[in-house]
Amino acid sequence: METSKLQNLAMNDNGFVFDPNSGYSYTSNETGIFIMKLLAQGKDKVQILEAIQNEYEISEDHFSSDFDHYLLMLEALDLVEL
Amino acid sequence: MKKTYVAPNIERNSAGNMNKYGAKSVVRHQDQIEGVAINDLVSKFGSPLIVLSESQMRKRYRRLQDVMQMHYPKVEQAWSYKTNYLGAVCSIFHQEGARAEVVSGMEYQMARRLGIAGKDIIFNGPGKRPDELKAAILDNALIHIDHLDELYLLEKLAKELDSRPNVAIRVNMDTGISPQWSRFGFNYENGEAMRAIQRLLAGKAMNLKGLHTHIGTFILDANAYYWAARSLLDLATKIEAEHGIVLEYIDLGGGFASQNTLHAQYTPGEFASPSFDQYAAAIGAAFNESHFVSQYLPLLILETGRAMVDEAGYLISSVLGKKNLPTGERAVILDAGVNTTITAWWYKLKVTPTRSFPGAYQNTVFYGPLCMNIDVMRYALPFPDLHTGDKVLITPVGAYNNTQWMQFIEYRPRIVLITETGKVELLREREELEDVISRELIPEHLRKI
Repeated sequence: METSKLQNLAMNDNGFVFDPNSGYSYTSNETGIFIMKLLAQGKDKVQILEAIQNEYEISEDHFSSDFDHYLLMLEALDLVEL
Repeated sequence: MKKTYVAPNIERNSAGNMNKYGAKSVVRHQDQIEGVAINDLVSKFGSPLIVLSESQMRKRYRRLQDVMQMHYPKVEQAWSYKTNYLGAVCSIFHQEGARAEVVSGMEYQMARRLGIAGKDIIFNGPGKRPDELKAAILDNALIHIDHLDELYLLEKLAKELDSRPNVAIRVNMDTGISPQWSRFGFNYENGEAMRAIQRLLAGKAMNLKGLHTHIGTFILDANAYYWAARSLLDLATKIEAEHGIVLEYIDLGGGFASQNTLHAQYTPGEFASPSFDQYAAAIGAAFNESHFVSQYLPLLILETGRAMVDEAGYLISSVLGKKNLPTGERAVILDAGVNTTITAWWYKLKVTPTRSFPGAYQNTVFYGPLCMNIDVMRYALPFPDLHTGDKVLITPVGAYNNTQWMQFIEYRPRIVLITETGKVELLREREELEDVISRELIPEHLRKI
């Protein structure tokens, strides 16, 4: 997975995301920002799951499905390449 | 203590996509219906659950009656059984003073079971069988004639029973709307209706009491009723002039739109559907400019069904699961589908969360539990992230669902009524296997497997 574009994003903890390369801005949520930051650091799904479960009350199955869906959203916005 | 999890979400910010009315698709959650908590309803009666409101029905009936009387004083309503023929629903409207408007032998029996006298039943519909007509003649019901074969049959039965049935002629006409419903009754413009009336009067076997029309359904142009009323009043004038018979009533059928929004409709139903006042003004205008009306003051009958009961119906449904679609949309699988809510095929039903949710909305498609691709309760709608077991409220579903719902692979759910005093009464039990198979027979040679 190619996540280097995420490294250039300006992310605000309130959910505002700005891409200086394209000029687009995005609205994400707390978990969305949390995951993007970890993806930008090159973390994989297992590591992200562990980090999420340390912070939030969520089962592995539930998160796994949400995570896959979230990656598709990021791909559709051309922020990651799967 | 760990934090509350919300599914991750991201969307690109864009300007200029605002709905022209500035309305959000999901405004707020609703956790109760008329003061009764949705969670309490589900724990007592299960999910899915259809909830009807007695006060909504009574309120809407009285509102239409009041508004119509401001424009024309002599008006009565007939409850359209096909819209919702649960005994309790029919009884609410009968208590308010409505006659029964039935369109089949089965509905006729339903009205009689509720104690409605034949003289207070209007028998419409294109497929009346001889036995059903006999019962209606003997009960002195008002029979609305749909075609010539029915007219001949009635003459024959009247002779057999030595009785004079009370009848009306059903008329279809161009009211300026599309599609023009031409399948019910006789056409006005080509003179067929007048010829049927002449034939009926020549037979001297029946009492012609009125004229009836059913111009269509979900009529979004109130003026169509002006033209319908005008055509029927013109016919009544001709009948009086040529035959000396003064008709007692003009029945304009049903067709008033509810606040639902059709799939093809851009403007939301609450803005697009005419109000009772607009329908009443259109009908009143035609009546008040008619010479026949000023001379004879005929009774105006309305058979409004959908606009009476649609908003009085709620469906509570629970989330069985969710999945991600290749389109990037979220899909939610509910425990109620088009089997309980067939009107999802016509309307953009309103889906409301039943608790508050943090976080942003995602485009969510609502599917039912049926094993068929067309079991879609609502196409993509921005919605908060739902979890298994969450409940949503689907509205308005009071019209045409309890009469057109399907057996397909599921048992039909319970229906309850919230009464005017806030009590919750069970109107229909959840079906069981026995309800589905009780009329079935298995031949002897197929009993061993």
